Amino acid sequence: MIRFLLRRVVTMAVTLLIISALVFFIIKLPPGDFLTNQIAELRAQGETASIAKAEFLIKQYGLDRPAWEQYLVWIGVMPGPNGFSGLLQGDWGWSFEYDKPVTEVVGDALWLTLLVNLAVVIFIHLVSIPIAIYSATRQYSVGDYVATFIGYIGLATPSFLLALILLYYANRWFGVSIGGLYDAQFADQPWTWPKIRSLMSHLVVPTLVIGLGGTAAMIRRMRANLLDELGKQYYVTAKAKGLAPRTALLKYPFRMSLNPFIADIGNLLPHLISGSVLVSLVLSLPTVGPILLSALKSQDQFLAGFILMFVAVLTVIGMLISDLLLAWLDPRIRMGGGR
Amino acid sequence: MDTPLLSIRQLTVDFMTETGDFRVVNGLSLDIPRGKTVALVGESGSGKSVTAQAILQILSKKAHISGGSIVFNDAVSNATLDIAALGAESDAMHALRGGRIAMIFQEPMTSLSPLHTIGDQISEALVIHARVSRAEARERTIDALARVGFPDPKRALSTYPFELSGGLRQRAMIAMALITRPALLIADEPTTALDVTTQAQILDLIKELQTETGMSVLLITHDLGVVANVADEVVVMYRGRVMEAGSREDIFRNPQHPYLQALMRAVPRFAMAVDERLTPIREIKSATLANAHAPERIEPKGPILKVENLTKSYTLRSGWFSGKIRTIRAVNDVNLSLPTGTTLGLVGESGCGKTTVSKMIMRAMHPDSGRVLFDNGTGPRDVFELEGAALTEYRRSVQFIFQDPFSSLNPRMTVYEILTEPLRIHDIGTPDERYARATQLLDMVGLDKRSLRRYPHSFSGGQRQRLGIARALALEPRVLLCDEPVSALDVSVQAQVLNLLKDLQSALGLSYLFVSHNLAVVDYIADTIAVMCRGYIVEEAPKTSLFRNPVHPYTQALLAAVPDPDIDRPLDFEKLRADRFSNPSQWPAPFRLLQGEAGVMKEIEPGHKVRLGSQAAEEAA
Repeated sequence: MIRFLLRRVVTMAVTLLIISALVFFIIKLPPGDFLTNQIAELRAQGETASIAKAEFLIKQYGLDRPAWEQYLVWIGVMPGPNGFSGLLQGDWGWSFEYDKPVTEVVGDALWLTLLVNLAVVIFIHLVSIPIAIYSATRQYSVGDYVATFIGYIGLATPSFLLALILLYYANRWFGVSIGGLYDAQFADQPWTWPKIRSLMSHLVVPTLVIGLGGTAAMIRRMRANLLDELGKQYYVTAKAKGLAPRTALLKYPFRMSLNPFIADIGNLLPHLISGSVLVSLVLSLPTVGPILLSALKSQDQFLAGFILMFVAVLTVIGMLISDLLLAWLDPRIRMGGGR
Repeated sequence: MDTPLLSIRQLTVDFMTETGDFRVVNGLSLDIPRGKTVALVGESGSGKSVTAQAILQILSKKAHISGGSIVFNDAVSNATLDIAALGAESDAMHALRGGRIAMIFQEPMTSLSPLHTIGDQISEALVIHARVSRAEARERTIDALARVGFPDPKRALSTYPFELSGGLRQRAMIAMALITRPALLIADEPTTALDVTTQAQILDLIKELQTETGMSVLLITHDLGVVANVADEVVVMYRGRVMEAGSREDIFRNPQHPYLQALMRAVPRFAMAVDERLTPIREIKSATLANAHAPERIEPKGPILKVENLTKSYTLRSGWFSGKIRTIRAVNDVNLSLPTGTTLGLVGESGCGKTTVSKMIMRAMHPDSGRVLFDNGTGPRDVFELEGAALTEYRRSVQFIFQDPFSSLNPRMTVYEILTEPLRIHDIGTPDERYARATQLLDMVGLDKRSLRRYPHSFSGGQRQRLGIARALALEPRVLLCDEPVSALDVSVQAQVLNLLKDLQSALGLSYLFVSHNLAVVDYIADTIAVMCRGYIVEEAPKTSLFRNPVHPYTQALLAAVPDPDIDRPLDFEKLRADRFSNPSQWPAPFRLLQGEAGVMKEIEPGHKVRLGSQAAEEAA
């Protein structure tokens, strides 16, 4: 077990190293960078004072050095102008666009993003599993058709459109603004109980909007999986033992049908961050999605790089969690392997 | 006391299909006396499993009981219940199911959940039906596991089904069914998926438990050999109706109904005359086959296929988290030779390495050492050194017939596509010629050419196996490797396919390597038989001398374990109880093989070879 974990941690580290290189060089691919673009702009406007500052920043962050040196400094294995200070040392760099350290720009947004996405994941599972079980056990019944129909609508509706519609009608009928994750008055306040309550009530709509498509997809897949398992012999055995149908269903076929979803956890996390960008923009949610988008557009390299690395770390950890869960849940995986 | 435990009267079960209701069980009446075994016999599709499901009310959603009664007279609760009148999910039915009537199934692997331990699944049956504490349930589960013959019942509690052999899994199923001490055990083909020796042990176990608990058994099977050995009464079913019923004596000594007589004639037996032919219920007629002849080609002088010192080991890891590696010798110094135009039978229990041998001959797998020599008339050449055109030609010459006719045909291809795919791969013929070849192949295996547009799912198991044979014949091969080609089929269909293979051989001059665990089948089709155990060939002989004079203890045990459909030749359960015959280190001298020892083959009469331990061989020399 310990050996397995060690091996996994090493492969994770290697994976992250490769991802960091890819991320950095892809960000650097377009010619120039945030500062040279800015300097060109300032020159055009003739603001020499600001140019001096920008040139100082270029020196400060070594943007005049070759890309591979910048990369090594960024991840923290090569001394930069300020000695070793990179990702490995916990220094996430400077955002040129916001003129603040990356930590401050991302700050709350990171944890709010995780919160929203956690709420979405829980929502998807809570809603879709019971519906899928209902649909599978009553295949081709009226209820099954209704669930299937609603599911298709959920799949086919673009979530940002739904967000716009909800935004409009919530304002028109209830006179409330559902944008943002808390009321405007709390914007720069410290975390207090009223702010948390406000956050909770604002969480409902984004969760619904972002989760709907995922719920529909999950119902379809879960139903198909469960239908496969319901035809299996061991379910007949369970019924022949005298188990009531509900108990038999939950203990045997349902548990068997869970495997693909656990295997999916690793994919779920990054997808939810990049997948909710449009909705976050429409609902003006202070999550990292919109920040990432603008950072990429303006070549704000350290900010964009940090967010992408964060997503990568989430993915790798998610994969590890799902592998461990699978091994824990399924003895065939735990004891099998090798050939 | 003389009221039967269960009496079924005029039971009908209907299936709802798109074309209207289909009657699967039609006016079935039978009695199951207390403490007796009733065998329900019939081909697949005769409605015997549906009858069992009706008794437990676990029919599929499409089926329902549409008439008749199933009266259960329980001596313990002194109650008389009509099961047919109860709701499938009523409390009374839940109490009955698993509590008073228990069931075991054919496939012990798929009947147990792979995610739960044996102990969990067995004790669950008890916990549902009796008020017991956890500790008590655990105790009784250990008792039940010990009773059905688990070597270490305590450890077995926490094992998973996939860690057990087929025989042990079926024992666990039996423990699960019997832990509640039911009055009736329904056994649906309980031994069909097992090896002969394991089958004999399981049948013995069921008999023993029956005398111990006084339960009744409803045994569902298509194997008349099993029926002759364990049943007290026999009911023969065909298309949902009872054809004939009576005591075992009556049924076997004096079968009345033509269907039953036909069924009896379709079973291969050891006592058959050399040229005697099985009589399937429906014989295949084919004009093409009657006029077919072997393609003109140079025939090899020696054997067409020769296997020399073939060895293959597998490495197994014992767990995901531990690095321990075990090496298993799946095939150990195997020598075989297949003369042109004959059949070599390869017999052994599952896991003995016979499939590995056939895969290596196919070159689907590389051996650790040894050679496979194939002679296409230009002299023997090592198959593993063939390349390019020579390899392609070898692939054409050697074709495979698989065990499972359901998964070996692509469900998304039509019969025409399936039959012409080999021709397309080898780029043979124009589309018109391929079409002609496909119709010719179909006719050769007795199928109508209108089948060409159909998909595999619309054929029965036997018809699919014939499609598999037709596909194998498409490239005019010289050798067919048949891996358990009839073990998934009913006796009547089995006879049909065996006869087809025989006819094809004599018409087309084919050579067969026939792998099977069924000795009677191998006896019927093969000329020479090799018996395999734990990767070794232990005995090899022409079939007449092997069955007349089996020398090796393993061969003797295998032969003794085959249930013969003849009540004058019952199984000797006593002899089979010892589980020593498949372990080389426990064979009696001079056959004993020590760990890592290969022994030597010694010829004891012309063509009859048997493996002896090296020590014994040295002493003899």
